[in-house]
Amino acid sequence: MGITFRKETFRDDFSFRNSPEHIRRFPFPFHEDSYMYAVNIEPHVLGPKGSVLENLIDVDEHYVAEMQDRALVLAEDPLRCQSLPHMTLAGWDLLELLMEQQALGYPEHFTLTRDGDRWRWINRPLGIDDTFTFGDTSTLPYGPMEYITRQSQGDFCILDQRDGNLWMDAGMVTTQADWSLDFDIGMNFFEWHAPVPLAHEKGIFVRALKFLTNIQQGKPARRLNWTMTINPRLDTSPENYHKWGPDRTTVTAENVGDKVHLRVELQSFWRLPRSNGIVFPIRCYLIKMDELVMQPKWARRLHRVIRDLPEELATYKGLTRYRPTLVEWLSKLDDGSPTSPGFGPD
Amino acid sequence: MAAKSIISRPVYGTLSPQPGKHHLFIADAEGALAIIDMAKTAPAGFFDGVEIVFIPGSGRKHVAALEALRPAQFHEAPSFASLLPRLKQTLANAHMGLRLYLAGTEGLIGQAMQVALEAGIDHTSIQTEHRGSLARRMQCVHCKGITENVTTQPATCSHCGLLLLVRDHYSRRLAAFQGVCINAEDRSEIPPMEEIFR
Repeated sequence: MGITFRKETFRDDFSFRNSPEHIRRFPFPFHEDSYMYAVNIEPHVLGPKGSVLENLIDVDEHYVAEMQDRALVLAEDPLRCQSLPHMTLAGWDLLELLMEQQALGYPEHFTLTRDGDRWRWINRPLGIDDTFTFGDTSTLPYGPMEYITRQSQGDFCILDQRDGNLWMDAGMVTTQADWSLDFDIGMNFFEWHAPVPLAHEKGIFVRALKFLTNIQQGKPARRLNWTMTINPRLDTSPENYHKWGPDRTTVTAENVGDKVHLRVELQSFWRLPRSNGIVFPIRCYLIKMDELVMQPKWARRLHRVIRDLPEELATYKGLTRYRPTLVEWLSKLDDGSPTSPGFGPD
Repeated sequence: MAAKSIISRPVYGTLSPQPGKHHLFIADAEGALAIIDMAKTAPAGFFDGVEIVFIPGSGRKHVAALEALRPAQFHEAPSFASLLPRLKQTLANAHMGLRLYLAGTEGLIGQAMQVALEAGIDHTSIQTEHRGSLARRMQCVHCKGITENVTTQPATCSHCGLLLLVRDHYSRRLAAFQGVCINAEDRSEIPPMEEIFR
């Protein structure tokens, strides 16, 4: 039995929903009742069955709809997918990784057959059956990175490692929380993180870079990051900020549960074998407040986190305008009782 | 000099003579003064291996003073755009060991560095010194158009007309600061425009 893919949208009528199973497996990002930046990186190893970590590259019920949304974004703005000239080999590395992982985790949906350099890739949910020569870009309809990331959930940044730093030299970025690949491409680790408040002073990026440049092949790592989004919109890019920004003024006491979404990024980091680059998938999970508060522990904890969030972080995450309305709504679901340690629901 | 800012914002130094046989200086307006100051500490014969490319702006101020340094080559250009073909050829034909020095406005330094990066020169090997105007080159993140000589905060995009917050976030590849719509959430909010990048 495979996944039943939902027919849904991330724009216009916003018909995106999570099924009850997907609400339970949502990667809630707060292990305690408050939040501050930390180098929260851990080994990316398999987790429990039925969790988003059941496979190292997660494919879920939103797969087909997300790939359709990506195609719409790219048709409007091809600059969301860019690769500097020296990054083609890393693109092949990524293609191999994603084909292997998706075929391994979901054999009913994806099949990869290899005969030397002659590869056949079958993607049943998207109706693709392509045979190509690994390493020969002319045998694919797109470059290798674009080809496979049009068929993989999440944004992907490929980082080149040189001079003791990581350089954002390629990426497919259509579901981002307000940063621009087109602007940041070519920057090093510190430069593209420059606008993040507080974390530089805490030495977060120096330690994170040290960790990431030491990642070994076959030993990926991961971390969670989060923000909030009004309406289940995947494309919250700065490019389109003037189009989605007004959504933030539409939150009322009546529609909080439906409009406000917790947006969690499962970021993982993988060493690539041929290029020695690092690929950094940023997998976005959305859940509306009405769905999230079905878990009473999550409701209590989210209330405390959002209420006590430092002002700089609230501003950076764009919550300022609707935070009072959200906190007021969540407070009614918080009886003050303690929450159990750890991420999971009770 | 610019105030302390975020990490992606360029930091400029003071020109100093580097070891090497070939030295290319690119400067505009008051950037000439950085070269003239540096010349005081240059070793004898230094300018025998120097090419100066200068964009004086109106009035041709500092042209005579630069020529008096007796560089091996001196070229005066009316604008950066007019200089571009020559600069690209010079860098394409350059030998290992060419030293690059950029002096003047941020826009000049940024654009010359952009051409140098495309020619494969590492940005950390380039000497820079900021002199003169703090006016910024800004890319509108929405329409991607570049607006030159931005002096106000916020600033209007000269292409799409959106009112933009001029951030300190800077791209060497684009040679531009990032401009992001300042009233995207509520277009009726119009913050006052102040002249701050002079």
